[in-house]
Amino acid sequence: MMKPYDIAIIGGGVIGCSIARWVSKYRLKTILIEKHADVATETTKGNSAIIHAGYASSEGSLQSEMNVKGNPMFDQLQKEINFDFKRVGSFVVAFNDEDMKDLQKEQNQADKRNIPSEIITDIKRIKIMEPNIADNVKAVLYAPSAGIIWPFGLTIGLAENAYDNGVDLLFSSPVTEIQQKSNGFIIQAGQKQLNAKVIINAAGVYADEIARMVGADNFTITPRKGEYILMDRNAIPVNHILFPIPTPVSKGILVCPTIEGHTFIGPNSNAQNDKEDVSTTSAGLNEIIRGGRKLLPSIPLRKAIANFAGLRAVSDRDGDFIIEASEVENFINVAGICSPGLSSCLAIADLVTDIVKNHTTLSFGEKDSWNPIRFPQQRLKDMNEDTLAQAIKNRPEWGRVICRCETVTEAEIIDAIHRPIGATTLDMIKVRLRPRMGRCNGGFCTPKLLKILSRELDKLVTEIPKNDEGSEMVTDRTKFIENKPWKGETP
Amino acid sequence: MSEIIDTDIAIIGGGPAGLAAALNASKRGARVAIIERDFELGGILQQCIHNGFGLTYFKEELTGPEYAQRFMDLLKETNVQIFLDSMVIDLSADKIITAMNPERGILKIHAKAVILAMGCRERTRGAINVPGMRPAGIYTAGTAQRLINMEGYMPGKRVVILGSGDIGLIMARRLVLEGAKVLVVAEVLPYCSGLVRNFVQCLQDYDIPLYLSHTITDIKGKERVKSVIISKVDENWMPIKGTEKVYECDTVLFSVGLIPENEISLKAGIKLDITNGPTVNEYLETTVPGIFACGNVLQVHDLVDWVTLEAERAGENAYAYSTNTSRGGKLLEPILTVPGENVGYIVPQRIDYLQDSKIVQFSFRPKSPDKNCIIEFVSNEKVFDKRKAKHIIPSEMLIYKIKLNPEEIGEKITINIKKNLKKSKEEA
Ligand SMILES: Cc1cc2nc3c(=O)[nH]c(=O)nc-3n(C[C@H](O)[C@H](O)[C@H](O)COP(=O)(O)OP(=O)(O)OC[C@H]3O[C@@H](n4cnc5c(N)ncnc54)[C@H](O)[C@@H]3O)c2cc1C
Ligand SMILES: Cc1cc2nc3c(=O)[nH]c(=O)nc-3n(C[C@H](O)[C@H](O)[C@H](O)COP(=O)(O)OP(=O)(O)OC[C@H]3O[C@@H](n4cnc5c(N)ncnc54)[C@H](O)[C@@H]3O)c2cc1C
Repeated sequence: MMKPYDIAIIGGGVIGCSIARWVSKYRLKTILIEKHADVATETTKGNSAIIHAGYASSEGSLQSEMNVKGNPMFDQLQKEINFDFKRVGSFVVAFNDEDMKDLQKEQNQADKRNIPSEIITDIKRIKIMEPNIADNVKAVLYAPSAGIIWPFGLTIGLAENAYDNGVDLLFSSPVTEIQQKSNGFIIQAGQKQLNAKVIINAAGVYADEIARMVGADNFTITPRKGEYILMDRNAIPVNHILFPIPTPVSKGILVCPTIEGHTFIGPNSNAQNDKEDVSTTSAGLNEIIRGGRKLLPSIPLRKAIANFAGLRAVSDRDGDFIIEASEVENFINVAGICSPGLSSCLAIADLVTDIVKNHTTLSFGEKDSWNPIRFPQQRLKDMNEDTLAQAIKNRPEWGRVICRCETVTEAEIIDAIHRPIGATTLDMIKVRLRPRMGRCNGGFCTPKLLKILSRELDKLVTEIPKNDEGSEMVTDRTKFIENKPWKGETP
Repeated sequence: MSEIIDTDIAIIGGGPAGLAAALNASKRGARVAIIERDFELGGILQQCIHNGFGLTYFKEELTGPEYAQRFMDLLKETNVQIFLDSMVIDLSADKIITAMNPERGILKIHAKAVILAMGCRERTRGAINVPGMRPAGIYTAGTAQRLINMEGYMPGKRVVILGSGDIGLIMARRLVLEGAKVLVVAEVLPYCSGLVRNFVQCLQDYDIPLYLSHTITDIKGKERVKSVIISKVDENWMPIKGTEKVYECDTVLFSVGLIPENEISLKAGIKLDITNGPTVNEYLETTVPGIFACGNVLQVHDLVDWVTLEAERAGENAYAYSTNTSRGGKLLEPILTVPGENVGYIVPQRIDYLQDSKIVQFSFRPKSPDKNCIIEFVSNEKVFDKRKAKHIIPSEMLIYKIKLNPEEIGEKITINIKKNLKKSKEEA
């Protein structure tokens, strides 16, 4: 039998990947187990992508503690593993006297937590900062340390860096059974059986089901769906994250720039039982359009390019995070990581590392060779004309644009396929480089991507999936054509 | 480090518009360059292997590739420079085009005049905000057309199509011929938006039902599409509760319209109209002098023959511009064309020159279908010309050549489509 793992992390969302990267510093044999083909495929893929300033969560909650501690950690990590992140600042928008009271409350909370903030009542100044904001704005609470992030870049960066530092990654392997033995756990993950001394449960909306496998489920998780509409670049300039006055269950429907220059409206917040249902609904889309228009009346809906939804994993402990060593020895729950989980992920990784140190017998010797730096792949968007010209000369694929909306070249796609967590699906290429994420929804590049994947992986085009098994994009060849991998030069 | 190329006329896009413009300008003696991102010329026509092209221009019924080939053959006899596998990524107002090519690197094409002929892209599910899940099996009809006709792959086996535009209708038949099952075509409008001949030959002949005033209200499936729900809609296109029908299928095609592809035009600072195409004058010249537009990048055409004719005019006008040919005195203020009653848009959007009387071609689309109409051309609150039209429908572009007389024309020209009440009464 294989040497047991010291740590098995279940779940490759931003939480699991942060933890994996954090524990990769130590001489521990670690594996991250994910049921889908890639990291960041569930909640981490469908959210507002905001690194919150940290004044909003209720006083005394773990959410607030983690958010306040986590927010400043992003600058250092950005230098180390390189992802798109920018502190654009957020506005909470007040329209009347009632709202003003809430603004004041939020600011008091910000002051208490040492978070920089300012209530701006000078309408002229607000309009200069945010020209398209609703005319009936009365004041805003401005929090400059709030930022926007590319969650895929962050999560993939964390996972790649963990991998570079020796963490094993296991994809397309759902955990279906865990047995507790005297010396650790036996985990059934897809076709594989693994032994691990310590389990960290970071399975998102499924964290309660994973915990139930060992009887560590003194909580339940209820998904709360949030729907979004994404608008094209230049659809309407939005400079800051625009929040309405929050409701008791959510931060409300916002209007927000993305780090890639798009604008989105959403999310709403509706509880459901189904953990798989990330569908959007007519009612939901109408709800967010109404909500968004309150902040920004001129939202150009005809510039919409996509709608999507994500599920918040809400715990039955007042909706707060559950980050603790469970009653089952060596089994640690990191559950109920709803919003602001993204903002908190680094602080959570720190806390979980401490919990493992204090509650298990694993020895935490540091690796001499640990390398915090991860180099992302070279991108066209970061090149100037001279470097590009030279790159094309060395490698013609740099001169062939495959995605017309986001201007992505064949060289970048080939590189993404052959990197450590190499892209094997259309979605993996999409979240790394953005083809199929732009205004044409992949109309132009899809056939080309299928052919490139087929050639590089020596697979049939009919075997190339969108994401998981069963999501193959084309079903067959047309009549009388033989099915074999594509081997051409110009896709 | 980039390669500099000097030419009289640079054409972005080598589809039927780019080809016709190139031939026309080159015939007059201009040095012409075509920059095309695909590995062959012909544009969208290469994937339209059905027939019905060229009835107006050649008085013959050709397939798309055959229609394109005629122009490509003629082009071989010219010295037009052709850059294939070359994506234009930038255009400046001083008419410098930046393109990327795997063999030659970065190209900088300096031109005296530029013709935009980039065609259009398809409107997507995202753009019309159809709700539901996001599994594999959701395609625009044009992408499915490319997969089947050019790549030789089937997008799926049991198909529902949203939108009764021509591409959707053609694809319904194409899928059946390749062995797939097309369950239904749903259309939100109360009438079929494609050509009648396509409705008859592609749906009726194959017993494919067309549901008018219906839309998709849900898409189900996690990995692959499992089913869609189609509902009837009211006059405001809002789904009516209780009318939902479930279709088990693995594929959904969206054929819900085309959008002129003008991201490059915007980089040069060109102003766009409600058409999503550039606003042009009677010379098909955009708001940047010396940059012209034709074909689907200017306005979505239903027939390629009209694309060719429009592009020939663009070629001629760009040539004249590149040789500094005078157009006469420019008006201090342009005469604007205004879509009036039941008119969606008008090309050209403005008249820049009107010293002597001259003939100007107007193309426009009605907003809704009608019968026995009178089309009025109005200026100074007077009808200065009118035409009769028996049937009008938004999917068929109306094209008229109208004489403009400086004495009759004021600041604006309005086009109205009115009901011919006398005629309608007679028929009743
Ligand atoms: C609508 C919405 C908006 C939000 N906005 C923000 C925001 O702006 N800022 C912010 O800070 N936070 C926000 N959040 C919260 C944030 O997105 C989450 O806190 C974060 O993504 C949670 O990450 P995770 O790793 O816990 O979960 P996930 O990303 O869901 O990861 C869990 C992983 O576990 C895997 N898994 C599950 N079961 C198994 C199994 N049996 N075997 C193997 N693997 C399994 C899943 O496949 C998944 O990849 C938002 C959330 C939502 C839904
Ligand atoms: C999917 C589809 C199906 C159709 N089916 C029919 C039909 O059945 N019957 C019919 O009569 N009409 C049909 N049409 C309409 C008809 O084909 C078009 O009217 C005609 O092709 C338009 O010609 P065009 O040259 O303007 O555009 P296109 O044919 O689209 O050509 C534009 C060219 O520009 C190139 N290009 C675009 N951007 C760049 C760039 N940045 N750099 C370099 N090159 C660029 C493109 O690759 C393309 O080759 C169809 C249109 C579409 C989109």
